Amino acid sequence: MILKHQDKSLLSVRNLTVGFHVGGVTLDAVRGIDLDVARGEVLGVVGESGSGKSVAMLACLGLVPRTARVAGSVRFQGQELVGMPQSDMRKLRGSRIGMIFQDPLSSLNPVLTIGAQIVEAIRLHQPGISRKQASDRAVELLDLVAVPEPDRRVTQYPHEFSGGMRQRAMIAMAVANDPDLLIADEPTTALDVTVQAQVLDVLKSLRDRLGLGIVLITHDLGVVAGNVDRVAVIYSGRVVEAAEVGALFRDPRHPYTRGLLSSIPKLDEKRERLFSIEGTPPPLGRRPPGCAYHPRCTYARGVCATDDPALRVAGESLSACHFADCLEEIPVHQALAGAEIAEVRQ
Amino acid sequence: MSGYLIRRLIAMPFLILGIITITFFLSRVTKGDPLTAIISEQQMSNPEVVAAAKQRWGLDLSLPEQYLVYMGKLLTGDLGTSFTTKRPVLQDLLERLPATLELVIAAMVIGTVLGIALGVLAAYYRNSWIDHGSRLFALVGSSLPVFWSGLSLLFILSVQLGWLPGPGRLDARLQPPPMITGMISLDTLLAGDLTAFVDALHHLILPAFVLGWTVTGTISRLVRANMLEVLNQEYVLTARAKGAGELRVLLHHALRNTLIPTLTVIGHSFAYLITGAVLTETIFAWPGMGSYAVEAARALDYPAIIGVTVVGGVTFLVTNLLTDIAYMFANPRIRLS
Repeated sequence: MILKHQDKSLLSVRNLTVGFHVGGVTLDAVRGIDLDVARGEVLGVVGESGSGKSVAMLACLGLVPRTARVAGSVRFQGQELVGMPQSDMRKLRGSRIGMIFQDPLSSLNPVLTIGAQIVEAIRLHQPGISRKQASDRAVELLDLVAVPEPDRRVTQYPHEFSGGMRQRAMIAMAVANDPDLLIADEPTTALDVTVQAQVLDVLKSLRDRLGLGIVLITHDLGVVAGNVDRVAVIYSGRVVEAAEVGALFRDPRHPYTRGLLSSIPKLDEKRERLFSIEGTPPPLGRRPPGCAYHPRCTYARGVCATDDPALRVAGESLSACHFADCLEEIPVHQALAGAEIAEVRQ
Repeated sequence: MSGYLIRRLIAMPFLILGIITITFFLSRVTKGDPLTAIISEQQMSNPEVVAAAKQRWGLDLSLPEQYLVYMGKLLTGDLGTSFTTKRPVLQDLLERLPATLELVIAAMVIGTVLGIALGVLAAYYRNSWIDHGSRLFALVGSSLPVFWSGLSLLFILSVQLGWLPGPGRLDARLQPPPMITGMISLDTLLAGDLTAFVDALHHLILPAFVLGWTVTGTISRLVRANMLEVLNQEYVLTARAKGAGELRVLLHHALRNTLIPTLTVIGHSFAYLITGAVLTETIFAWPGMGSYAVEAARALDYPAIIGVTVVGGVTFLVTNLLTDIAYMFANPRIRLS
């Protein structure tokens, strides 16, 4: 769908669906999403907790529980990953595709040294390398992600590392085998703001130095702003808007994106209260008919409750909104009042 | 942590002294007359013989005096003489303990390996027939009394099928090995007598399994519960994302994080079985600590009772210490604090 980079695509996700069997029914957490990442590019995947963004990326790597049903296509360097045997998948994980997670404390094994965990990552995919060589490489890697005193740090345990240092160690482990793609699942969420910036700098410098493609999963548009090339906004298991990062901030074409942007506090504006989108995302299995966002949408009309809009070109974006082309004509403040919305939705 | 261990080591002799003192007085306030074990019933009616026996075994003294005499001898390494066997208690213990150690070590190896394997499998295949099967096996093991499971298995495997030998430690037709460790399986191996070694193992396997089965239940349930928790941890996902295979994820990443509670149970079970394997020892005619303890208690054989208690107490203290040391290897946070 995001045609722009398809020719040199590193990861190409088409119509990916992930469902879970719960009590006899299948609940779709991901409902047909398309994504593309090119070499040397950072794709931001934005969405609230429970939107399906993490599940989608885990499904790409075959890391969802055995009970999950994954359909659609995920091509990585031309290889189809959906339905690939676990043994082949294992050879890609940690070697061609690295992954880091939200909480760097719980994602490192507490009883193994940082060095041992990096060495393991190396030797799993390069069994010919001696322990000594792998251990030297681990020190180099820690140095690469700007961990001070790497030769001392390599013998320490995760609990002896600070949060930011742990996330760097995770990144070092994820890039240990020079992967082509790095999937970073909320890598800065558990960190202080200043440390966030440092970790993001590390990621960007790796992208520049190693030519990595990066998928940066986040719920924080602030993180997206300075750090990604393109953005896919996910709501309730679908991509609702996809655009170059500049275009997305300049001219958002989906009411949900607009809502997210309005809820970022700005330094130059005086506001009594922070703006927030009313309501919460629908739980799995109780998704409303039509556009999943319509109950929370200030632009919603009758059609929104019946037809789920497809993703289509609108301005510089791809947007899944019936009114993507005319959102400007419906100023947010004059959008339908509560009673009218109720009437429209009847 | 090493400071803590040193303090524990220093406290050990005092704890043992405390155990001895308590056992000494507790056994003596028990109703009953140890003389019945020392002399025959007819002699009991002869006051002269009774008086002589009392003097001979130091029972004519007052309780505090008896205590001082006992403690004085203890300092020279003399645990007293058994009323029933009429031999030094230390000698009795040195004969009995290796047999029990042999049995209990074998039982713990079987129980621990089976328990951990079943616990890991049950957690990994949660709610499948593997899980249910291993839980049933564990439940049966920890609820069946050994006198039932032991006798049944002996009847089936030895009497009916003839796959395994009956009770005892070695076939009567074989020459027992010279005593080095007191564990027959080890001594036959040291003596280079392979036929006897194989026979000793055949004798050992069933009692060790029966005893180990009781431990399997406790360990597998504990491992299963802890594995279920650990398998949900994010570092397990990290290990998979690294490209580690399932076996490596389970054993290298998950199991290591469940070791602390498992080690505690292993240590406790071992110490408990040293004096608590009575029933198994009785059924399999295994001349160990358990049967000695029961005979001593029945005859109010004070020196033997204290001897057994000391062995039990020391075993608990030593295994607790070893468990603490094992913690340090299992968890770096304990080692470094």
